[in-house]
Amino acid sequence: MSKRIDVENLNVYYGDFLAVEDVNINIESRSVTAFIGPSGCGKSTFLRTLNRMHEVIPGAYAKGKVMLDGEDLYGKGVDPVTVRSMVGMVFQRPNPFPTMSIRDNVLAGVKLNNKKISRSDADALVESSLKGANLWNEVKDRLDKPGSGLSGGQQQRLCIARTMAVKPDVVLMDEPCSALDPISTIAIEDLIHELKEQFTVVIVTHNMQQAQRVADKTAFFNIEGTGKPGKLVEYDDTATIFQNPSQKATEDYVSGRFG
Amino acid sequence: MLTNLSDSEERTGRRPGGETSRSSLANADTSGGRAGDKIFSGLSLGAGILIFVMLAAVAIFLTWQASPVLDIPATSVSGGEGFLNYVYPLVLGTLVAAIIALLIATPVGILVALYISHYAPAKVAKPVGYVIDLLAAIPSVVYGAWGMTVLSPALAPFYTWLSENFGFIPLFAGPASATGRTMMTAGIVLSIMILPIITSLCREIFIQTPQLHEEASLALGATRFEMIRQAVLPFARTGIISSVMLALGRALGETMAVALVLSTGGLQWSLIRTGNNTIAAEIALNYPEAFGNRLAELIAAGLMLFIITLIVNFIARAIIARYKEFSGAN
Repeated sequence: MSKRIDVENLNVYYGDFLAVEDVNINIESRSVTAFIGPSGCGKSTFLRTLNRMHEVIPGAYAKGKVMLDGEDLYGKGVDPVTVRSMVGMVFQRPNPFPTMSIRDNVLAGVKLNNKKISRSDADALVESSLKGANLWNEVKDRLDKPGSGLSGGQQQRLCIARTMAVKPDVVLMDEPCSALDPISTIAIEDLIHELKEQFTVVIVTHNMQQAQRVADKTAFFNIEGTGKPGKLVEYDDTATIFQNPSQKATEDYVSGRFG
Repeated sequence: MLTNLSDSEERTGRRPGGETSRSSLANADTSGGRAGDKIFSGLSLGAGILIFVMLAAVAIFLTWQASPVLDIPATSVSGGEGFLNYVYPLVLGTLVAAIIALLIATPVGILVALYISHYAPAKVAKPVGYVIDLLAAIPSVVYGAWGMTVLSPALAPFYTWLSENFGFIPLFAGPASATGRTMMTAGIVLSIMILPIITSLCREIFIQTPQLHEEASLALGATRFEMIRQAVLPFARTGIISSVMLALGRALGETMAVALVLSTGGLQWSLIRTGNNTIAAEIALNYPEAFGNRLAELIAAGLMLFIITLIVNFIARAIIARYKEFSGAN
């Protein structure tokens, strides 16, 4: 399953502080979209509004619409818990549950809500998820060992497998490679290419080469100064953003003149 | 390597007299720090050894003072049936009081700690935390007095009701104590005394749960309760065990509160009848008038308590070690 995302007039607040102002963006299903921009421009904050994870911080809230195939995530009676099981997330630093084995890590999301799953179904899901995350061959002999014993890149792929096992419609990635070495980064990027056959992928990255390698479309976020809200400056095909942007700020950023 | 280093120091001019900088690597500049390092490592080693010396001194004292018990004829021991028959009701009583206290304080303590760390708004969490810590500041003699004069009479009707309705369970067999000064009351008072230990330690550990893991769980679609089960409790497991064991240590050794609350007597199943006794209370009540054989008896009972506490600690260590691989410390 894969769904498109349409965001209308979204404003994100931390208490009284407006962090991200008036974002409108349409993200196609089965595509990879990259968010780029300088630190503090609100791209991670905006990403976290797409699965209502920003609400974890006390006082944070969002106004506007985020439509997942036409269904508003911020509509009345929508439970953030349901939203998060439909829109999965991979974090900046690999965060497998240290107390769980590799196998249990993959099944962590599936076992929530007291869902019962038979042993054979669980085995099949573990295998398919780990294969989907290109990790199966490396861990198939030690599924009962703790996930924290893997290398950083392997842990991050384990987290991706864990997210895939829940079968979300969208996978959000918040700088998934920033804590990884170049080899592991390539492994994750290859994986992102495969992920878009099943999921809508949105990735925040500081690495502009990475955005060019993985993304179909790229959104550039910017901030005018400290204390000002972040804004979506330009959103277009990745090639256009990097070679022929329509905004001066975008051109300055992608050509390395600031940020 | 050395030349390169002194060259660069000369160039950057960080150190005046660069031509001597080659020897300055080994000069007296750093020896002050070295000596400090040695003194500190000596001090910390000394402190570590001191623990062992004190523990050994206590163990030797207890064993030495208790050894006459072996020579006393069985008929001369209190109760007249030998030391083991004298001490085992006390050991059981001690364990029962501590277990009642733990059964009550562990779930309550963990729930309160979770409320403070994960549910309560910051405005409420802090005062609740302070109040719990205040419980730890109340002297045990005050708990004892309160348990004897307030809690016991208040519980007495409840015990009567228990014995009338659940008297078929040996633990609640009647006739219930009219004063309410029973093993059950002692256990309840102990549970209030050890509650702050469990709560404050668990709260500290729950707060330290990495945000990464909490978010990982939430992002998979966990409710707050599921997140606590998935991320917080496993992370805190060894900490919870440690806090419970610390609390158990306090409950086992607690003297004044039990001595005041409990109307002591022989060992029996019923928790709500007058009777039962604990090692600590037995020693506290009888030590001032004891001499000769009686003194050796009491000290031997103290040695038993010492051994029980050691065993409890070893079990706790073993449990913690079992989960080491999955503790997140690696």
